Order: sequence, then structure tokens, then C-alpha cells
Amino acid sequence: MRERLLQFHGRRGWVVLAVAAAVLIVLVPLLNSLPRSFPLSVPDYLIPLLGKFLCYGIMAIAMDLVWGYTGILSLGHALFFALGGYGMGMYLMRRMAGEGVYRSNLPDFMVFLDWKQLPWYWHGFQHFGFAVAMLLLVPGLLALVFGWFAFRSRIKGVYLSIVTQALTFAAMLLFFQNATGFGGNNGLTDFKHLLGRSLQSPSTKLALYIASAVALVLTYLLCRFVVTSKLGRVLTAIRDAELKTRFCGYESTHYKVFVWTLSAMLCALAGALYVPQVGIINPSEMQPSNSIELAIWVAVGGRGTLVGPLLGALLLNGAKSYLTAAFPSAWLYVLGGIFVLVTLFLPRGVLGLLTAARKRKAASPDRPVEAERPAPAERGAAPEKATVST
Amino acid sequence: MSAQPVPETDSGATTSPIASEASERTLNGDLIETVADGPRVQVASQVVALWVENLTVSFDGFKALNDVTLLLDRGELRCIIGPNGAGKTTLMDCITGKTRPDSGSVYLESRLHNLTELSECEIAQLGIGRKFQRPTVFPQHTVYENCELALAGSRGVFHSLFSRLSKKDKERIDQVLETIGLADLKGRMAGLLSHGHKQWLEIGMLLALDPKVLLIDEPVAGMTQPEMERTAELMQRLAGERTVVVVEHDMEFVRSIARKVTVLHEGRILSEGPMAEIQRDPRVIEVYLGT
Repeated sequence: MRERLLQFHGRRGWVVLAVAAAVLIVLVPLLNSLPRSFPLSVPDYLIPLLGKFLCYGIMAIAMDLVWGYTGILSLGHALFFALGGYGMGMYLMRRMAGEGVYRSNLPDFMVFLDWKQLPWYWHGFQHFGFAVAMLLLVPGLLALVFGWFAFRSRIKGVYLSIVTQALTFAAMLLFFQNATGFGGNNGLTDFKHLLGRSLQSPSTKLALYIASAVALVLTYLLCRFVVTSKLGRVLTAIRDAELKTRFCGYESTHYKVFVWTLSAMLCALAGALYVPQVGIINPSEMQPSNSIELAIWVAVGGRGTLVGPLLGALLLNGAKSYLTAAFPSAWLYVLGGIFVLVTLFLPRGVLGLLTAARKRKAASPDRPVEAERPAPAERGAAPEKATVST
Repeated sequence: MSAQPVPETDSGATTSPIASEASERTLNGDLIETVADGPRVQVASQVVALWVENLTVSFDGFKALNDVTLLLDRGELRCIIGPNGAGKTTLMDCITGKTRPDSGSVYLESRLHNLTELSECEIAQLGIGRKFQRPTVFPQHTVYENCELALAGSRGVFHSLFSRLSKKDKERIDQVLETIGLADLKGRMAGLLSHGHKQWLEIGMLLALDPKVLLIDEPVAGMTQPEMERTAELMQRLAGERTVVVVEHDMEFVRSIARKVTVLHEGRILSEGPMAEIQRDPRVIEVYLGT
């Protein structure tokens, strides 16, 4: 057990992880509880914003699992994120029955459309447990079915990216329709309370933030467990030499479907945590640019490292929040510029830069395996990696 | 029951004592299967390792393989030679499931599985290992991890999520690394190895896979003379425990390892027999050796 945990990270890695988790889960809420006059206090308005970033972080880690480790560049992960969000949105809508503008038991948009009864697929969503199960299972099942057919037909590389993009686009058009029953282009909004607590109150917002932080840490640990297992090594083998992996007896389709489905469900989880914090879910969450931005976070942070994509998501979204406020017209140029620069000069992303610097200091290339397996982040930094994937 | 496979009866094969012996065994094998006599079935399946029957493959009308029948004994070291385009690689592709033949079948040991109906991974799991022409290793894994991935065992997704290397597995990997002489480099990224080391690592991975039949495509392409000698030695050592099929262009290398040679030409078996006889066969000289 202990040995297995040390494969996740070396001792120092665990310390860093514990500190980071403590900062996110304990320190930020503590700073938030300080009076506003205190210099380091975190104002209330920042809490949902940070919570939103953490959800993006979960999504970036999930994306890294399929892209960084398995070489499947998905341009459709926003779909799974949005489906998770819709699942949570449906729960929130059902719980506010009778409190809407029209005081009806139906969600407002259905009253507006003059619908007399709830569509069948809305039933059951008033129960939190059912809603959570559905918001994970439905995207999971969709990913499973899509992945099975796509990977079994050996669709890969840029073709797969295009197919995922098309799927997401089709879903977006579907959700834009009022008749689909998810509120059309307005989506689901005007939520009141979650598990009986008002969504407007700072304490609920803080609780949602903490839930996101815990989910992020757990997601990270789960993914670290996956990539340091033999399954993780098979995934990387598929990325680098799929045919050889098949000739070694591994049914690569099964492995890809597994990691694809897991990744989709993690995205759905992120979406479900995201929606109550931003207060709205609509089809624009599925727009192509969202999936592409996700790929940029991962590439900027450093593919195949888990930590890198998380950093990428946090850094780029932080920059986005700041820049879209300070220089609204500049953000897209900055984002594009960062992406170009990283692609040209940092093929292993920001994290690759950091580990390369650390490696130069340490510099002992031929370390024995097993006992001292190099941490995956370092392994990713092998000199000839530039040719990775897509 | 399908037709009894008879090796191509051309001068090389019929005069060779080994070939005629093989066809007798086949006769035995069929007979025994009809009678279904327990112990004797085992005897038969101990003799024949791989059975290729009337295999035909065509690409857009061009017949890459034309009614090829091939029988490999257990523990045999067989070289397949032939000029470019003779169908050597296509034959390998058919056996390993990469290419589906138009007709014909391939059986491993007992005739339970027709390999032409299985996927690459299923065939690999049954015990056929293949080494590619270009050395193919997993570049982002260490030498040790490459062997670990190849190690025989369950290939299921959930099994691999929780599996750990047992003591026996570790011993096996160490033993393989010792055999291929890469024990000192086990922590090195496989992508950083030299060409010759990659070739050996790939052979080592096949050993870890512990296949019944090993198919090796041009093992010495691009190797230096000493590397070639070591490879020849390795091939000799591999045969005996398992059946080894080597496809090779380098005639000197073939001479140094071959016991029995099959010559493919334009998708057909031209000749089959010990190297010395093959070299005297006028038709072989005409199409291949003479040039």
C-alpha cells in the first residue's frame, strides 16, 4: 500500500500536494472568514469565481487523461461538462417548483411554452441522489457508446477530433431547440436553493467552493492512481505505438473506451459543481470554442502530467478573468499568442519548463527503476518527447 | 474437417527428409483427430506448432499470397526468404491477424482456433509473438516497463488497473533482461536506446510474452557485424523451446542460423528444405540467390 502510494509521488510530491490541498480546502475558506479590512482576506465575490476555476481544473485533468496520456485529442469534452451541468440544473429547477415567476409546479420556461406537464425525462430529478446518479451516468453512457463505435472503427487522430467536435455541435443545436425540453437558448437559470440552502447565501457559496476543492483533490488522486497503474502504462503505450500494443495482446479499444468514459464522467462532475456556482446552464457551454479552450489549457500546462493541465486551467482562467475586465478586447489575442508561443517553444508546457529546470540541477539520467521510479512529471520530460500524439 | 494440408510438393521439399517427415505427421494428426484418442491427440499437437492452409490474399486483383500451405514443427527454426514482393510480410500479417486472407486458414497447435477469424490481440494472447521489421518499442517507457507490458498474463482493463508485479513476474523480467543483455539499461527510456539495443529489447519483449510461435521480420537489418552474430546466437537459443520463424534478406545471416528454409516467390512457395539443398535448387538460384 505504502509502496503504491509512493508511486503516485515521491515524498516531496506528497508534501506539495498536501500543502496545495490544505490551501484550497482550509486556508481559502479561513481567509474568507476574516473581516474585509484584513489585508489577505478573500472577499465573498471571489469564492464562486475560484470555485469555477477549480471546476475547470477538474475538467483539465480529465482531458489530460485522454489527450496527454492516451493521445486522443477530444474537441467535445464541453459536451460532457454541459450534460453534467444540465443534470444539476434540472435538479435545481425541480426543487424550486412553485417558487418561479409563474408560481407553477413546472419550470418557468415550460409554463412560458404553455406545456401542461413535465416531459418524462424530467421525472425523478427532484431527488438529489437520482439527479447526481443521472448526471454522471448519462454522460458516461453517451461516452461509452460513442467511444465504443469510434474506437472500434479505429477512428483516431484529427478525424476523431473532428467527430467529437461535430457531436458536440449537433448536441448544441439540439439543446437550442425549445422542443428539446431544456429551456432552449436561455437554458436553465434563476436557481433558488440546493439541498434546502439558499444559493444566494455566502455560506452556501463557500460550501460549494469547498465541495469543488475536495472534488478536485479526489479527481487528481483518482487520475494519479489510474496513470501510475499498469493500465496507465498501457494507455501511454497505446498513445505511442497502438499497433504494437495490440500485438502485445492488449485490446486497445477496451482501454480507450474505459479512459474515455472515465474522463467524460469527471467532466460531468465538474459541470455539476460549476452550474450552482455560476447560476446558469445554457447550450453556449457546448460551443466549439469551449472545447478548444480546454485543449489550450492542457497544452499550455503540459500534457501527460496531470498537474500541468490543472495549472494551465487555473493560470489561463485567472488571466482571462483579469484581462477581460481590464482590457476586454485584448484577451483573445493574448490567449492565441500564449498558445502559439507555448506550442513553438514549450512543447511540454509550463510544467515541462519547471521540471526541466529542476532536472538540470539534479542531473542523474540513469536512475534504477522500481524503487526509484522517476515521477511521471519528470518522465514526461524525456528529451525526445516532442513527437507526442494527436 | 478441412482438407488435409500437404506441403507443396516441389523438388526441394520432396527430396528433403524433414519435409516428408512433416507430412507423415500431418497424416497422423488428422487420423488421430478422427479417432479422438486422448493421449495421441496430445502427441500430435506436440509436433505441429503452426499450420497454414491454402492461404490466398489478393490486393486489388494482385495475388500477394497464392494458395500457400506451410507447416511448422514445434521448436523449429525456420527461415523464410524470397525477393521483394514475394509475400513474406503478407504471410506474417495473415498469421498475426493484421490482414484478413481471402481464403485459407491458419491454426495454432490444436486446431481449435482458426487464427484468421481472430483479432490481433486475441492471436497474441494465444501465443503468437511478432517482431516488426522496424524496431518497435514503447519509446516513453523504460526498458523495464517495456518488458513488464509484454509480460504474459491477463490483458483485461480492470485487471491492469489493480495488478501489481508479483515476485515471479519480477524474476521473469530480470531473466529476460539478462537474456537480451540489457539488464544494465533497464531504467533507460526505450526511445533513447541505439538501434541494435531496440531490436534486442523487442525480442526480449517477445520472450516476456512467452509465445509458442515467434515471427521475426528482418532482425538484423541495419545491424553491425558483432550485433548480427549476437542476434544469430539469440535466435538459435530461442528455437527449441519455441517455434521461430525468421524472415530475412541477409543471406549470410540466414546461412548462419538456418536449419530449414522456405523460399517464397510471387506469392507461392517455390522451394522448401535444408539450406544446402535450397542453395543447389536451380529455380531458387534463378529467382533469388543467383542475382
